[in-house]
Amino acid sequence: MIGVISYLVFFTTVAAILGIAVLGLNLQWGNTGLFNGGVVASFGAGAYGTLILGGAPQESQLGGFELFYPLALLGGMAAAGILAWAVGRLTLRLRHDYLAIATFGVAVAFENVMRNATTITGGAQGIRGFERPFRQMLGDGFTYNLVFLIAVLVILCAVYIFLERLTVSPFGRLLRAIREDETAARSLGKSPDRVRLISFVTGSVIIGLAGGLYGTFYAFVSPQDVLPILTFQIWAMLIVGGAGNAKGALAGAFLIWGAWTFSGWALSRFAPVEAQLYTGSIQFVLIGMVIVGMLLWRPQGLFPERLIVSQPGRSREKTQAEGFT
Amino acid sequence: MIQHLVDGILVGSFLSLGAIGLTMVMHILRFANFSHAELLSIGAYCALVFDRLFESLLPVLAEKIGPLSMTGALLVSILISMVVTGLSAVLIDKLVFRRVRQKGGELSMVFASFGMSLVIRNVIGLVFGLSSELYSRDIAFAMVLSRDPLLLVKPDQVFVLIAALVIMFALYLLFSRTTIGFALRAIAENPSLAQVHGVNLKKMIALVWIMGGALGAIAGVFYGLSYQITPVMGRDLVLPIFAATIVGGIGSVYGAVLGGFIVGVASNIALVVLPSGYSPSVPFLMILLILLIRPNGLFGEARA
Repeated sequence: MIGVISYLVFFTTVAAILGIAVLGLNLQWGNTGLFNGGVVASFGAGAYGTLILGGAPQESQLGGFELFYPLALLGGMAAAGILAWAVGRLTLRLRHDYLAIATFGVAVAFENVMRNATTITGGAQGIRGFERPFRQMLGDGFTYNLVFLIAVLVILCAVYIFLERLTVSPFGRLLRAIREDETAARSLGKSPDRVRLISFVTGSVIIGLAGGLYGTFYAFVSPQDVLPILTFQIWAMLIVGGAGNAKGALAGAFLIWGAWTFSGWALSRFAPVEAQLYTGSIQFVLIGMVIVGMLLWRPQGLFPERLIVSQPGRSREKTQAEGFT
Repeated sequence: MIQHLVDGILVGSFLSLGAIGLTMVMHILRFANFSHAELLSIGAYCALVFDRLFESLLPVLAEKIGPLSMTGALLVSILISMVVTGLSAVLIDKLVFRRVRQKGGELSMVFASFGMSLVIRNVIGLVFGLSSELYSRDIAFAMVLSRDPLLLVKPDQVFVLIAALVIMFALYLLFSRTTIGFALRAIAENPSLAQVHGVNLKKMIALVWIMGGALGAIAGVFYGLSYQITPVMGRDLVLPIFAATIVGGIGSVYGAVLGGFIVGVASNIALVVLPSGYSPSVPFLMILLILLIRPNGLFGEARA
C-alpha cells in the first residue's frame, strides 16, 4: 500500500512539474500563437541554471556556488529567460515560422553544448552533488517527497493564478488581439513585436521554473534530460488539453504523462523480450500520432478554449449572441 | 584546412538537394516542414531495399561501376526510390497536410509536420531496426589527390558531387525554359493570379511534393553513400537543411543550392576551430548569423 502511495506521490510530482511547463507553453502558443519548437532548451536552461548555482563545488568543474535555494531557482529561470530573449529578439519580427526553426535549433545546440562543455556542465555525466533544500530536516525518504509534492503543487497553483489573471487582464486581451488579427492590433497603436517578445520570454521563464524544479527533484541533470522528445511530450500535453485553456492544459499534462508512464510499463511487462529494445520507438510513434491525430480530428483539444470577454457591464450570452468569438 | 574545404563541398552537395525541395515547399505551401528531412530517410531506406532485391535477383547488376562502390543495382534503385519517395510525399500531404491546411493556419501545418517527423522517423526505426546500414560493406579506398597538403577524396564523393551538379543544372533548365517551370514560379509568386491564368493549383502542389521527394531521395542515398543509413538521419539533417534554405533565402532554388554549399563548408571549416563534438551546433549558429545580417537570406524577398 505504502508502495502505491509513494509511487503516486512520485508520479504526481513529475506530472505537476510538467504541468507548469505546459502552462508556460500555453501562454506562448495558446494565448499568443507563438510556435516554440525548443521547449526543452528553456526547461534545460532552468534545470542546469538551478543546479549549477545551487550545487556543491565539484572538482574541475565550474559552478557549485551553493547559493540559497530560491536564488538558485530564480537564477535558473533567468537563464531560461535570457536565452528566450536572445532568440525572440532575432526572430519574432520575421516570418512566423522562423521562430519555430530558431527555437528548434536552440534546443539542438543546447543539448549539444551541455554534452560537450564538460568543464561547465559535466558533459555526458551531467551535474551531480546537488544538495536538495531542507534535506537535513526532512531526510531522503517519503516525507521529503510528500513535502516536495506539496511545494510543487503550491507553485503550480501560483503559476496558474498568475496566468489566469494575466489572460483576463488588458495585457491578455492584447495577446489574443494580436493572435487573431495583427494588423488590426497594430492599427490601434499596439506594438505586436514587443508584446510577443514579452509573452515569449514570460512563457520561457515559466518553463525554466519547471526545469529548475525537475532538476531539484532528481538532484541531477544530464544531457539525457534535455532530449528533443521532451518538447514533443509537452506539446502533446498542450494539444490534447486544448490550447488557450489553462485547465485543459493541466488535464492534458496528467493525461499524457499517465499514458506515457502506463505505455512504458505495459510494454516492458507484456511485450516480448526482443521487442523491448523498441519500447522507445513505439512510445515516440504514439506521441507523434497523438499530436497529428488531435490536429486532424480535434484541433481545439479535449477542453477547448472558452473565450472570455473581459469587458465590464456586458453579459457573456449577449456578446456571444452577437457572434463575438 | 583544404581537406575540410573539400569535405564541406561534398557535404554541401546533398544538403543542397535536400534544401531545394524544402525551399519550394516552404515557399509555395508557406510552412516550415519539419518532416522534410524524413523524406531523405525514406529515400535512403527505399533504395536500400531495392538494392538488396536487385543484387540477389540479378547478379549482373551487383558488379561495381568503375572505381565506385556503387553498383548498377543501386543506380536503378535510386530511380525507383525517387518515384516511391515522391509518391509518399504526395500521400503524406493527402493524408495529413492537406487536411490540416483546410482547417487551420500556417502554424498548425508546422506543428503537424513536427509530429509527422516523429512518427515517420520511429516507424522507420521499427521496420528496419535501430542499427545503421550500409549500401556496400566493402571499404572504399580514398584517392590521394595531393600529398602536401594531404588531400583525400573517395571516388563515390566525386560521383555524388558531379551528379548533384548535373541535377541542379537540369533544374535550372526546368525553371527557366519550360512551361511547368514557369507555372511553378507563378504559383509561388501569386497563387490566385496564377490560377486565373489556368495553372492547376492542386496539380502544382502535387508536383512540388514529387520533386521535393525525388530530390530528397537522391540526397538521402548520397548521404548514405558518404556516411551510413540510420533511422535518425532525418533528425541529424533537419537543422542543416533548414539552415541552407534560410541562408539562401526561402523560396529561392538557387539560394538553396548556394546555401547548402555554404552550410556544408562552414560546418567543416568550423571543425578547425571547434572540437568536433560541437559540429551539430554550427547550422544553428549559421541561422543566427544570417538572421542578424540579412534576415531574408541571400536571395530571399521579404514576405509576411
